[in-house]
Amino acid sequence: MDIWALLIDLLSWSLLLTGSFFCLVATFGMLRMPDLFTRMHAAGMIDCMGVGCVVAGLVLHAGFTLVTAKLVIILLLVLVTSPVATHALAQAALHDGYKPLLGDAARRRRAGGGGAS
Amino acid sequence: MKTGEKALYGLSATAALFVFWLLLSGHYAPYMIVVGLLASALVVLFSGRMAVIDREGHPIYLLGRAVTFWPWLVWEIVKSAIAVTRVVMAPSLPISPTMVTVRGTQKTAVGLVTYANSITLTPGTISVEVVDNDITVHALLKAGAEDLKGGGMDARVTRFEGGIR
Repeated sequence: MDIWALLIDLLSWSLLLTGSFFCLVATFGMLRMPDLFTRMHAAGMIDCMGVGCVVAGLVLHAGFTLVTAKLVIILLLVLVTSPVATHALAQAALHDGYKPLLGDAARRRRAGGGGAS
Repeated sequence: MKTGEKALYGLSATAALFVFWLLLSGHYAPYMIVVGLLASALVVLFSGRMAVIDREGHPIYLLGRAVTFWPWLVWEIVKSAIAVTRVVMAPSLPISPTMVTVRGTQKTAVGLVTYANSITLTPGTISVEVVDNDITVHALLKAGAEDLKGGGMDARVTRFEGGIR
């Protein structure tokens, strides 16, 4: 294996691991946050950092092939559709009368676990 | 819209769909290429009847400016992702959820949607509601809300859309 392939491999694996790390952090966040809206912030990290880093790592693995083109299309699809879904969920919750915890109230509620619904 | 302009949008949409077909199929036999061209043309023909192939439905003119906008947005996403990660991993979970209303100075629907989606895509801020040009944002951190109030992203998106601020 020449040095160039080794470098690409290293970069690709570090991107894959970074993506996995952000997915893990997002999961921790979803468990720790006090209410729906704050949980959505944590979950939203999977959409951009998790998927973004993992797909970038896979692109480096695939090289300059059709697979790369398809991976990029998948990434663009996720980047365009996920904020729409997040927005729809948040708006639906707000219109249904779900009040977001704001400021210090959120910090006090944190220990209680589940949010008000 | 003038007939010539309409034809141009139709042609560029057909070309874009055909490239999409080629990338997905990976077969370059003459038969497949002809079928792909026919399929792309038919889709554009039907979409044209629904009047969705226009400046808004096929915003090809944004492609050039996207080259500078997207890398900037990616950098913003990375920065705020690191900030949110810090908060999530901190034992005291120092969140300060805030609701703010920011004004988008974009003139077109495409521009406003781009702004709202950019806000949501950035970790730590979610656009909850869009009424006219006012976007209600839920921010995980007070600092994130104040950043947004500063209007840096708004100016960027307006420039991306082609407006003058």
